[in-house]
Amino acid sequence: MKLLTGNDLVSGAVTWWTGNGWSIHVEDAADVGEHGEAILHAEEGARRVNAPYIIDALPTENGPRPAHIKDRIRALGPTVRTDLTLKPADPTAGDWII
Amino acid sequence: MVEFRYRADEVTEQPSVTLDAFLDQSNATAVRLEPDDDARALIPFLDRLTLIEVAFPKFRDGRGYSAARILREAGYQGELRAQGDVLVDQMAYMRRCGFDSFAPEASLNPDAVARALAFYDHAYQGAADSAVPIWKRRHG
Amino acid sequence: MYKYDNYDQAMVDARVAEFRDQINRRIAGEITEDQFKPLRLMNGLYLQLHAYMLRVAIPYGTLDSRQMRMLAHIARKYDRDYGHFTTRQNIQYNWIKLEDCADILEELATVEMHAIQTSGNCIRNISSDQYAGAAADEVTDPRPWAELLRQWSTFHPEFSYLPRKFKIAVIASSEDRAAMRLHDIGLELVRKDGELGARVFVGGGMGRTPMIAPEINPFVKADDLLSYLEACLRVYNRYGRRDNMYKARIKILIHEIGADEYRRQVAEEFAHVKTLGIDPPLAELERISAFFAPPAYDAANAEPDRNDPDFALWLDQNVKPHKQAGYAIVNISLKPIGGIPGDATSAQIDVMADLAEKYSFDELRVTHAQNIVLPYVAKRDLYAAWQALRDAELADANLDLISDIIACPGLDYCSLANARSIPVAQKIATRFADMDRQRDLGELKLKISGCINACGHHHAGHIGILGVDKKGVENYQLTFGGSGAEDVSIGKIIGPGFDEDGVVDAVEKATEVYKALREGDERFVDTYRRVGLEPFKEAIYG
Repeated sequence: MKLLTGNDLVSGAVTWWTGNGWSIHVEDAADVGEHGEAILHAEEGARRVNAPYIIDALPTENGPRPAHIKDRIRALGPTVRTDLTLKPADPTAGDWII
Repeated sequence: MVEFRYRADEVTEQPSVTLDAFLDQSNATAVRLEPDDDARALIPFLDRLTLIEVAFPKFRDGRGYSAARILREAGYQGELRAQGDVLVDQMAYMRRCGFDSFAPEASLNPDAVARALAFYDHAYQGAADSAVPIWKRRHG
Repeated sequence: MYKYDNYDQAMVDARVAEFRDQINRRIAGEITEDQFKPLRLMNGLYLQLHAYMLRVAIPYGTLDSRQMRMLAHIARKYDRDYGHFTTRQNIQYNWIKLEDCADILEELATVEMHAIQTSGNCIRNISSDQYAGAAADEVTDPRPWAELLRQWSTFHPEFSYLPRKFKIAVIASSEDRAAMRLHDIGLELVRKDGELGARVFVGGGMGRTPMIAPEINPFVKADDLLSYLEACLRVYNRYGRRDNMYKARIKILIHEIGADEYRRQVAEEFAHVKTLGIDPPLAELERISAFFAPPAYDAANAEPDRNDPDFALWLDQNVKPHKQAGYAIVNISLKPIGGIPGDATSAQIDVMADLAEKYSFDELRVTHAQNIVLPYVAKRDLYAAWQALRDAELADANLDLISDIIACPGLDYCSLANARSIPVAQKIATRFADMDRQRDLGELKLKISGCINACGHHHAGHIGILGVDKKGVENYQLTFGGSGAEDVSIGKIIGPGFDEDGVVDAVEKATEVYKALREGDERFVDTYRRVGLEPFKEAIYG
């Protein structure tokens, strides 16, 4: 599957295209299929996303899993500061990255 | 189009020739420098030139800033124009390097330009403009 | 240390107003990200893996308690309560919002701080010796020169769109504590016939193609220096490569045309620039130097009581001799075993501010090894200072030992990275947690970079580790024999890479080889240089 991701222009937060908006949770990310570039240009032009790009991901029962470790780290947070991630209370959250 | 011009004299809209063409035949009074042209090639001819246009095909390519200063340092007093990918936020540095007219490809907001040129009252270092560097103000 | 006059303050205030305007125009869509990027980089603002990252300048690594407290305040108010001290003596905040950035810079400006030119293709923070003003071996304090250069390079209209970044370091001793030879321009201040001047090295750097800067001029007088540097930069701006960003540093230009040709071109340009009158009079250097007069030393020479064994170990490892009798240089380690190298919480930053104010004539330094220095501590105060550091978990007695690791933020934070560096640092430090074992190994400078940009200075490590991406999996190459000190050398890759646990094992094996083969008081790097790679390769791969 293909995901569209970027950062929020104003907050800088990592965001994922959900199909009709942007979420900071990769679990909400939608498969953009063939339409990624078109959505990317529209959203970037409207400044609803900054520095967007399209990535490969695998669907899993817990939501999409980005193909590259860099994007998995973007999705969750730094592996060395679990308290600063999106899932600070989950001690196994980092396993998903590796 | 020359949208921003900071000279009192008339615009001489002579078409500018390339450096190679200028060096071959010397009637022209306006010449255009590309980023990899050597501005010093014009030094023997400065008093014949009313316009030197320095091309900025990409705003990140900063060679034109050196070209401008070199020309002013050599005593060039004619119009020195920055042309191409010239944006609001480079104009203050360009003015300090000696540019006194601008022909940006994109359309620039004149209010943003006016603001951009007015943020700094002082300069730390001497350049091609008339700003008195701060060290000189300190020591008279 | 230097204090702004009205002009300096006006410049940083104007910069805040300018950048606030640029941010507003970006948010309103008047400029694109491509147009905004160089502007935000010239204000130290990156778009990184998790958020915007702001790199605040700490000019030549020197700051006072008021400024340190502001850094703690910024961490608390605008970030996640910590900061990261960098290999160029700056500090980074990883969780910044664009909408807060102008306010942050405005607050910083109230204590004479800024983020000017800490990134971008322009002249960056001028770095210097962290022991400046306190070291017995310095010819003069290099920092007034660094301040002169800071002002000259700030908002330089000709050199803000260079082919690539430009880093300058200034030292004033033959011992190089600032990796000066690995900078685009390195200056070593020397005396010639009683006059002070600079030995100028140009074309050093790390990254993809590490190079040691050749000497371009053996002596440039103080009142010629800015003209000379202007000439150096102009030749680079005109002729540095712009076709390939990986070949755009000045080291590539000098490598390609040769040092002799570069020297000739600079000499020609200098002869011209010198006629322009851009050099300040010596009175300006004198004005700046007055801010760096020695502090009002008042302590009698008194050796500290070594009764407490932990204190004694810290004393021996982290505390260095001072030019002034009765005083010492204190190194504060930001490398706790298992911690994140170079990180400090806002609470720890406040503690260091308090200690500086109380015990170090209100001054601190940031080192390029990501530690902090209290440069003027009376020996009678060492024990009290150590106790406070210990209570704040800042008293690891590991300066220059294997756990005093330089590590870039790596793939945990940085969008340029190929691999994570911090977990590797943590695993190595934990493997060697036994302090007796560390002290037995002695000086061992281990440096880790998460990508070829080499912000962790791995090329200059006695042991260097480079993280790479091997078909989507993190992999680590090992180098030996680098040094950023006056025995400068570039490390050599020893063989195929390893996974994370593998590289930790390989480092351990290397230290075993060292212990087996060392002679006299050789350090790891000395033994390696004497016996060569073979014994190490055999142990690690054989």
